Amino acid sequence: MDDRVILRVGAKILIPFIMLYALYVQFHGDYGPGGGFQAGVIFAAAFVLYALIFGLGNAVKVLPPKAVYVCGALGVTIYIAVGYLSLVMGGEFLNYGVLAHDPAHGQHYGIMGVELGVLITVFGVMVALFYAFAGRRRLDP
Amino acid sequence: MSEVVDVVLLILLAVTGIAVIRMRNLFAAVMLTGIYSLVSAGLFTVMDAVDVAFTEAAVGAGISTVLMLGTLALVDYKEREPTRAPILPLFVVLVTGGILLYGTSEIPPFGAADNPAHRTIARHYLEESEEEIHIPNVVTSVLASYRGYDTMGETAVIFAAMVGVLLLLSRGPLPRRVFHDGKWITVRPRTTRADLESSLRDGEEGAAEVGTESGDGGADQGGARG
Repeated sequence: MDDRVILRVGAKILIPFIMLYALYVQFHGDYGPGGGFQAGVIFAAAFVLYALIFGLGNAVKVLPPKAVYVCGALGVTIYIAVGYLSLVMGGEFLNYGVLAHDPAHGQHYGIMGVELGVLITVFGVMVALFYAFAGRRRLDP
Repeated sequence: MSEVVDVVLLILLAVTGIAVIRMRNLFAAVMLTGIYSLVSAGLFTVMDAVDVAFTEAAVGAGISTVLMLGTLALVDYKEREPTRAPILPLFVVLVTGGILLYGTSEIPPFGAADNPAHRTIARHYLEESEEEIHIPNVVTSVLASYRGYDTMGETAVIFAAMVGVLLLLSRGPLPRRVFHDGKWITVRPRTTRADLESSLRDGEEGAAEVGTESGDGGADQGGARG
């Protein structure tokens, strides 16, 4: 582990940029390709890269499995909450037009909200899947 | 020019696919499936489906490959030689492939203006979404707003996938509180066969697994999980 200097230093430099790129993909999804799903996967990839190079133990210290599971559920909750919010504000379920005075702004807020939900769920699920696979130890016969 | 790119990418795709089938070394096969996804992403880009290409590159070439490598770390990395002649599988594959090829003859030509996909609501999305949603990327408008209900279902499916995988694969890194014999006990996760064997050696109380509050739940839990 300790002798792979290039790998460790390279990953250390890369990981912040991967996270930043995920956020770019998230918030630029309205104007170009991308959105919550892709951003969530890229954000998860940053943690997966960290776990692959610095070991699962360190990754679990940075991001405990419990937090990951909470993320997986939290995103769906946010998505549905946006739906109910538009219901409470007087529109149909997931009709974002009513979320602000100007329907265009409402659409913007709504899409931002649900995309955030998608991001959090996809991020949580991807890391949880990785933990589930990587956390199992080989049972040698 | 676009045709040349198409042909090159499709040839690469076919070569990679055949290589995956022929490969007995599963490690190389996993890396080749990653390359297969990346080439597919290139094809999607040529077909102007950048969002799909993006997802394919991130999920297919990225996360899937890592998960497959994680699985390979648990199993043998050499595929076993088949014990029987693969006559029946070959027959099934040929028949299925034949049906699929027959089906493609009915598919409307790619990009034709009078395709069913373009005749109904897609026209409305392309022409009105800028006015209605005020977002330039029509894909995002359709996914998040027009079809927000579908995307909610998809997000829930992803969440359900996590729950399913955790139920199947994870013995849980967290200690769990379970209600057993009228009282709450703490059940610690068990990860290795050594733990299992030591707890079996220790007897039916299952001391390695069950927390301090009670020793009763151990045997049941051990049976269910072992």
